[in-house]
Amino acid sequence: MYKLILTIRYLLKRRITHFAIAAVALCVFIVVVVMTVMAGLVGEFKQKNRDFVGDCVVATESLVGFPYYEEFMQVLEESGLVAGMSPVVKNYALLTVVDHDFKQGVEILGLDPARHARTTNFAKTLHFRAGEPEKAFRSINDPNAPGCVWGIDMILPRSAQSQYSYGVRPPKLAVTLMCFPLNAKGAPAGAGSSEVSTQTFLYSDYSHTGIARVDGNLVYIPLDQAQLLCMSPGQKRVTAIHVLFRPDVGIPEGTRKVAELWERFKGSQADAPNRVLLDTVTVQDWKRYRRAMIAPMEKEQALLSLMFVLVGITTVFIVFVVFYMIIANKKKDIGILKSVGASNVSVLSLFAGFAFSIGLIGSCVGTLAGWLFLARINRIEQWLYDRFGWQLWDRTIYAIGDIPSRIEPGVIAVIVGCAIAACVVGALVPSYLAARLRPVETLHAQRT
Amino acid sequence: MSQSPVILKAENVHKSYRMGATKVNVLKGADLAVQEGEFVAIIGASGSGKSTLLHVLGGLDRPDKGVIQFDGRDLNRVRARELNRFRNERVGFVFQFYHLLDELSVLENVLLPAMVSRSVVGWMTSRRAAHKRAADLLEQLGLGPRAGHKPYQLSGGERQRVAIGRALMNEPKLLLADEPTGNLDSATGNGILNVFETLNRAGQTIVMVTHDERIARKAQRIVTLVDGRVRQLGA
Repeated sequence: MYKLILTIRYLLKRRITHFAIAAVALCVFIVVVVMTVMAGLVGEFKQKNRDFVGDCVVATESLVGFPYYEEFMQVLEESGLVAGMSPVVKNYALLTVVDHDFKQGVEILGLDPARHARTTNFAKTLHFRAGEPEKAFRSINDPNAPGCVWGIDMILPRSAQSQYSYGVRPPKLAVTLMCFPLNAKGAPAGAGSSEVSTQTFLYSDYSHTGIARVDGNLVYIPLDQAQLLCMSPGQKRVTAIHVLFRPDVGIPEGTRKVAELWERFKGSQADAPNRVLLDTVTVQDWKRYRRAMIAPMEKEQALLSLMFVLVGITTVFIVFVVFYMIIANKKKDIGILKSVGASNVSVLSLFAGFAFSIGLIGSCVGTLAGWLFLARINRIEQWLYDRFGWQLWDRTIYAIGDIPSRIEPGVIAVIVGCAIAACVVGALVPSYLAARLRPVETLHAQRT
Repeated sequence: MSQSPVILKAENVHKSYRMGATKVNVLKGADLAVQEGEFVAIIGASGSGKSTLLHVLGGLDRPDKGVIQFDGRDLNRVRARELNRFRNERVGFVFQFYHLLDELSVLENVLLPAMVSRSVVGWMTSRRAAHKRAADLLEQLGLGPRAGHKPYQLSGGERQRVAIGRALMNEPKLLLADEPTGNLDSATGNGILNVFETLNRAGQTIVMVTHDERIARKAQRIVTLVDGRVRQLGA
């Protein structure tokens, strides 16, 4: 009981204790805010990538593509694993805006908009045709002309508030896409001549995925048009099949089963023409397929976590110093307690409990301050921008909306737990030394 | 008094300390027996080892050699936990510099031995009785109205009386006082000695250390510490 009373009195009366609590609170505040923002940004980015590709992708890195995709899609359909599938052709082309002096190398993605909308978040990325993605390639200006959808950053500037100025209808722009089609052997289809493939499209809609590299460089066109543009006539090929699993199918399990089906399918096509193209195909879940995009952010997050371990070590050291000073001042108290029969363990637990209390109070204060700050972080950033023209991330450059501010209870629990543990660890050595003090030494010292 | 049993016995007690590279032999075979209900004063020059002897008698320190028996039990053979309990229940200490906890009130300082020996649950069941005992002690010591005050708000004599109250909280068989009036003026010191006399008349066994023979005369028996050994002087 005396431990409780003394702990409360030390907490209330000793100014150095207040400094220790403030130090812990500050460390916790920093970790809560930075981890929440970082975790939010990484989480959002991962989700955007998942929305972009679906659950699983059967794909080849080769621009030549692979044949017999419709047959394999039939196999997938019969497996009962999938809720949606979308074959796509990925390639590169030169985009020229007709009657405008604008040329750009772009990535093109040929797809069936209805199937792609069932498999990915494609429909939600559209602006004019969000509710009817099957009409994505039919411009409001001229539904009969073949249309193309552009990444939004290719055509609209983004404001400092991450807003775009959409028109009532898409601008009336005709664009030409020029590409070198490849045959099944990977050679230009028109080898020996200067044959390039050119097609004209009417600009029909924006696509806003939230992924900067996609929104700044990707043009969507109909699948069959892409096959004509990028591949030699004859055997139809695609470069990927995007797959959405049924809700009761887990992604790892589903991906594994699709991979097994693919191997079996490959085996069944042993004698088929251009069968060798099937060997370049891999089956990957969305995260693995987009690892080139996701891994750098995850690495940054891991590095940040490592840095916060160093912050934790600093906290331990601060608490160690504070407790060393407190206990140096409390030697008389320790002698008195031992003279009335307090054990070493009792003295140790008094100061360990004291350290625990500092950690708990500091963590609560830091967490509360972090929560209040995060709840207003976007307003604060807006105020700073309005007042000083400064933003943490320039929205005209970085493809993010609001700064993430949602606190995850699990993350908070870990941070608070670590802060308390850091305080107890920091106080351990001074507390142990205090417990080992001989009462005669401390009481005698008061006489001299 | 000669019929009362011996509750405290020290035989051939040796104790030395290291002062840098030098070893100082403070006690060189001290013998002392204290009967129940006795008031014994130990006098000696400064540095003669009086406080060391008191600390060894009270289990605050262990002798290098020799035997300390309390109620027939050799304190050297007792485990740390039992020694803690001995200091909590059997012995009460009064120090020259009072040694009160500044963060606790007068009442809480007196309650300290009772709180130390009980868990939170144990305290909850026994705190009423403990509070009553502490309040009664403070009344007897003339400090009833000061129960809620902090030590820094008291005079030297009042603080020493709080220390006496704390020492008596668990009704110890033995009260050890180390220069209890050493930090007080003579009038206040006499007041403290009167308290000791009153306690002794009620049956409390007291061993008091002092360098002042005038103060020692308040005891029933005086022994002196010379060359690390105890010599009887009689009352």
